[in-house]
Amino acid sequence: MTSLPTSTDRKLGLVIDLDTCVGCHACVISCKGWNTENYGAPLSDQNAYGADNSGTFLNRVHSYEVQPEEGAAQLIHFPKSCLHCEDAPCVTVCPTGASYKRVEDGIVLVNESDCIGCGLCAWACPYGARELDQAEGVMKKCTLCVDRIYNENLPEEDRQPACVRTCPSNARHFGDLSDPDSDVSKLVAARGGMDLMPEQGTRPVNKYLPPRPKDAMPEFDVLAPFLEPVAEEPKGFLGWLDKALEKI
Amino acid sequence: MHPAPSVIFFTTFSGLGFGLLVWLGLGYPAVTGWTAFVFFAIAYAMAVGGLLASTFHLGRPERAIKAFTQWRSSWLSREAWCAVGALVIMGLYAAGLVFAGTRIAPLGILGAILSLATVFTTSMIYTQLKTIPRWNMSITPVKFLVLSLAGGALLSGQVQAALLLLVIAGVVQGLTWIMGDKALEASGTSLKTATGLGGAGSVRSFEPPHTGTNYLLREFVHDIGRKHSQKLRLISLVLMAGVPILLLILPFNHFFALLAVVSHVAGVLIARWLFFAEAEHVVGLYYGKR
Repeated sequence: MTSLPTSTDRKLGLVIDLDTCVGCHACVISCKGWNTENYGAPLSDQNAYGADNSGTFLNRVHSYEVQPEEGAAQLIHFPKSCLHCEDAPCVTVCPTGASYKRVEDGIVLVNESDCIGCGLCAWACPYGARELDQAEGVMKKCTLCVDRIYNENLPEEDRQPACVRTCPSNARHFGDLSDPDSDVSKLVAARGGMDLMPEQGTRPVNKYLPPRPKDAMPEFDVLAPFLEPVAEEPKGFLGWLDKALEKI
Repeated sequence: MHPAPSVIFFTTFSGLGFGLLVWLGLGYPAVTGWTAFVFFAIAYAMAVGGLLASTFHLGRPERAIKAFTQWRSSWLSREAWCAVGALVIMGLYAAGLVFAGTRIAPLGILGAILSLATVFTTSMIYTQLKTIPRWNMSITPVKFLVLSLAGGALLSGQVQAALLLLVIAGVVQGLTWIMGDKALEASGTSLKTATGLGGAGSVRSFEPPHTGTNYLLREFVHDIGRKHSQKLRLISLVLMAGVPILLLILPFNHFFALLAVVSHVAGVLIARWLFFAEAEHVVGLYYGKR
């Protein structure tokens, strides 16, 4: 059914720390590695070794430059995957019922055997979380590694999404965001976790932790003012050269 | 948005076809026998041809039948129901006119309503998308309905109605462009809200996630041709409404009527190309594009 559940028992999701992400793309690779050989159709690549290569990915890392009013610009690495929205617009537009949101944990999934590849769910998603696989003709998206998190054949420490498990800088956290006492909920509360595009009304489950403000280095060297350059304008030979070159 | 030819042809011709079916269903012109057959053949060729074209952009067209299941929530599913309903009802109605020479009025009126509903559901597929502010306006369905009725009136030879509807269609189309140009800004979605980084300063896309292209960029980011959009808008408006209005005012002549139809269709095709090519999907913001 492509109607959304009125509520879900749990809200499993990710918390992504923009302060600690180093932009290594390990989560992108581990995501592709796990998901290309597990749940559903493989994540195909087209012309992978040619000039115009492209492929299906469920997780991608953008990089943004933030220039504050004062001080140095900051580079923010920005991993982006499905946010498993509570009011997921991708689910309700689906004509076949292939897209659905699970009542038990809130994960948004695609039943690939029902997907006709019309692409409307990708049109409805503001985050670019869904990609139509060009080889299979069906819609692919983050499953929150539904085949890992409940998988009792895996050691317990591996029962979390591949991206979270692999992140070397602990920038990705997985848990139940409906439980205020869960680690992820505490993290969101402590760090001011935010929604992406809140004005779109999608109510994402995944939260992003904003980068912490950079420290400012105070001027502590008493001699520094005496080391200011004395001559601002060049004089002598350099002054003549400067003027001569200006005239040319 | 990527202006896919299949979708441009689908929306243009199914709009025209169902528009013609509306007029035929209401009994304008009151035709029977072979004349009725020709009118219905034209309407069905456009409506069915458009629907077939729309299946070309499916990744898995062999499963298209499943699109009938989610009419409770999905406009695309509702469109499928309305289209099939309209074609079946109008088929029975046409059979009465062509083979028995009798007009079963209730069937025609029901078919006309379903035909109009098909155009409305098509327009709602686009209108419902908050991700594309230029489409997410209440004037979008008005534009689709008026254009369909105007095209239908033109095809069915309803000169007076066509004149009035073409003027309205031209005005509505113009308003859509004026309102659409402000829609993205008015939606409040920007790179700042997309990344949540707006509080810290100005945000700029520094590096995309991939060196090549991907499905998202191919499907949602299209900035080629936008530089000529003002000229194309004018050309489209002249062909869609201006030329047909002039030709209809002149003394009636079958060649002029044909010319008016051809000009109108060309104008609508250009407008529909712009409808997609100019539409900015908010996901483009993540790539520093629109």
